[in-house]
Amino acid sequence: MSDFELSRNSFGRLVLKAADGRVHEGVVAVRAFPIAAPDEGISLVGSEGHELVWIARLDDLPDDMRRLVGEELAQREFVPVIERLVAVSTFATPSYWRVTTDHGETEFILRGEEDIRRIGHGKLLIGDSHGMQYLVPDLYALDGHSRKLLDRFL
Amino acid sequence: MSARPDLPRFPDSLPAEWCRELDAELSSGSNVLAWLEVDLDESLGFARTRIVLCDGELLSRRAGTMQWQRWPLHAELQLGHFDHAGVGTLELSDRQGRLSVWRYTLEQNLAVLRLIKAFESRQQLLATGAAPAVESGDICPKCKAPLPPDETECPICTRVEQTPPSTWTLLRLWRFGKPYQGQLLAGFLLMLGSTAATLVPPYLTMPLMDDILIPFQNGQQIDAGLVGIYLAALLGAALLSWALGWAKTYILALVSERIAADLRTATFEHLLQLSLEYFGGKRTGDLMARIGSETDRLSVFLSLHLLDFITDVLMIVLTAIILFSINPWLALVTLLPLPLIAWLIHLVRDRLRTGFEKIDRVWGEVTNVLADTIPGIRVVKAFAQESREARRFRDANHHNLVINDRLNKTWSLFTPTVSLLTEIGLLVVWAFGIWLVSKSQITVGVLTAFLAYIGRFYTRLDSMSRIVSVTQKAAAGAKRIFDILDHVSTVPEPVRPVHLANVTGAMELREVGFRYGSRSVIRDLSLQIRPGEMIGLVGHSGSGKSTLVNLICRFYDVTDGSIRIDGIDLRSIPVAEFRRHIGLVLQEPFLFFGSVAENIAYGKPDATRDEIVAAARAAHAHEFILRLPQGYDSLVGERGQGLSGGERQRVSIARALLIDPRLLILDEATSSVDTETEKEIQRALDNLVAGRTTIAIAHRLSTLRKADRLVVMDRGRIVEIGSHDELMASEGHYYRLYQAQQRHAEELLLEGAAA
Repeated sequence: MSDFELSRNSFGRLVLKAADGRVHEGVVAVRAFPIAAPDEGISLVGSEGHELVWIARLDDLPDDMRRLVGEELAQREFVPVIERLVAVSTFATPSYWRVTTDHGETEFILRGEEDIRRIGHGKLLIGDSHGMQYLVPDLYALDGHSRKLLDRFL
Repeated sequence: MSARPDLPRFPDSLPAEWCRELDAELSSGSNVLAWLEVDLDESLGFARTRIVLCDGELLSRRAGTMQWQRWPLHAELQLGHFDHAGVGTLELSDRQGRLSVWRYTLEQNLAVLRLIKAFESRQQLLATGAAPAVESGDICPKCKAPLPPDETECPICTRVEQTPPSTWTLLRLWRFGKPYQGQLLAGFLLMLGSTAATLVPPYLTMPLMDDILIPFQNGQQIDAGLVGIYLAALLGAALLSWALGWAKTYILALVSERIAADLRTATFEHLLQLSLEYFGGKRTGDLMARIGSETDRLSVFLSLHLLDFITDVLMIVLTAIILFSINPWLALVTLLPLPLIAWLIHLVRDRLRTGFEKIDRVWGEVTNVLADTIPGIRVVKAFAQESREARRFRDANHHNLVINDRLNKTWSLFTPTVSLLTEIGLLVVWAFGIWLVSKSQITVGVLTAFLAYIGRFYTRLDSMSRIVSVTQKAAAGAKRIFDILDHVSTVPEPVRPVHLANVTGAMELREVGFRYGSRSVIRDLSLQIRPGEMIGLVGHSGSGKSTLVNLICRFYDVTDGSIRIDGIDLRSIPVAEFRRHIGLVLQEPFLFFGSVAENIAYGKPDATRDEIVAAARAAHAHEFILRLPQGYDSLVGERGQGLSGGERQRVSIARALLIDPRLLILDEATSSVDTETEKEIQRALDNLVAGRTTIAIAHRLSTLRKADRLVVMDRGRIVEIGSHDELMASEGHYYRLYQAQQRHAEELLLEGAAA
């Protein structure tokens, strides 16, 4: 049903064989709405930066290609989900946070309160001093301790 | 770098635990050249993986495994890295494919670059048999600046780590109080005197009771002379307390007002020093609120609340001393509720503080809506979104209300509780006092004096309890101000500044990289610019042209690599000194409120009228300025409302001409005007450009005809360099851009002809 083919070469790069028969190496998958609608609107962009294929819905792809795109996206998009705030060094900023995420425990520096972005009801995106983003999917679903700590910054 | 036996096997910086572990792994004579610990694993979990480069191989051990993976070095082995969205990837590959991949957060970028550099020089040694020429000693892997001998960290790249401000922020205000310590001391002494004077009247109730009233009830005559003395003493104490209190309040109010003014000035001055990055991240409304209302709040706090509080504390201490001197037992009972109230205050303090901080932030939200909507009112009205904006404001206001309501629950309980405790305290004193009187331990006068004292005493406690909330408010305000003051500019002044003597205007960009947040905007860009050369920067929007110009002006600092002027790194030149040599003409020229002459002389306030006129003439602005009603003295509005786009632009060109810069930056200087005006501006620009190193960004390629070289940028890299003719001949990026614009221009012409 899809008019293109995807594969991975030995260098770990995604290779796209487009409908016109042209082969593009080092194709990158990008989500158009990473927060609002992560599974809709995925663009395959060539190494030149031009869009090659637009995938309206990830579910439309055949299984193996969906897996490849999924792997590619997982590599590119690193937004650890904060499951628990273990401790914060101070309620003033900059502040060192120790958190448990879905990718394990880590520490980061919050530079200022404005780095905590509200992106919807109870949903927070927290940027650290190195530009990495952490997601709090639902503020109200956190445990009491974490919520109390986080509340001091909101 | 060869394995000389006298070299240690491990660098000193390597942790001892690693040494023990590697000792077993490495063959004898093999040296560790570079090492690092990346903090992510392949599936991007937070786990530590060690990577070690030694003479003949690359080793790596994943967290949780004991096995070291090893790759012997050979000529086809390559180590590459790239990053996206805050995650870096390090890849080892040979001709057949990828051998291994490591991931890391950008915190480790520097260490990764160091490893790659060591790897590459090792590879070169293996391939050619000769170690690569090390450029004048060690070089910082990040900014390519030479390192001082015996130092591993580059003084330019190492920045002062931001330390979190202390919790008791208000004490830091002392920095601003210090210049006024004389007045503060005088105020304190006056306060002591006036407080002591207020404590005299209750003391006098004792002899008034025991020596006059009670003897009278028992049938003795009233001694009018004694009464007169006591009453005079009462009046005297009241008058003294009034005079001293007036002097104290006046002096301390003056001082606190000055402290607040100094704080305001210091904050604004510090704010001006911060880099553009800071202003990009903050909303204008919030910054204005911080400097305006927060400092005002602090002033009120210092002159009113803090003053009252210190008076109260003094009063309590003095009262306690007097009470104990009269009767220790009754004093003890009287003061018993004090710790209880202190505890209660402490209990509520935390809740109130967080509450007030929250209110402040929500208040910022409300002002932000205003700051967004009012300047954008044309857009709001044009798209008929008034109701949406109204709703946004109502929501923010509602949020404000909800949080206030929640806080008021705690707050409203507070004062009645203190009053209740006061009543209970009085009750205890009455009960114990009556018992003591019945046992003839104390006189009625003493009990009356005690009741008079604690009557005042407890009302003070009540008002003291109010200090909790105002202190918290003030502390929250002080924190928000110190947040600004503590912010270290990301464009720091050099520790050991190098001064520019005669600037020729030669620029060198060496492997420059710039990252905005986690997005790489400029990558590995190198460019040499000769003195007096005119460079045209060309490329699609978003190709990094403006960012590059911002880097050259040092509005931001480069993330990697370095920019040099006359061979000196920009970061080692004092910022203001460097900017004096830069003339900047922007697409949207900003005119400050003031006369035309003042605007032209903005960069050189001491310029003579002749110089101003000469600059205006050269900028082709002279004639239109003369046409204005008051000539050079005409006032131009906040954004130069009275002038057209082209006129404003020529004023800003005159401004740049007047400071006679060696380096000139034209950022889309002619984009916002029509073709006719553009011609006029172009003539003005020609005068400006002559003899100066010029970097011009232009959307219309035709305006860059005079450039010596055109630099074509695409997605943060330079893709082509050459003159117009060369680039046209090579039919690359530039050729396509030019063709596209020509076609567009022709279409416009055709449309014009048809119409």
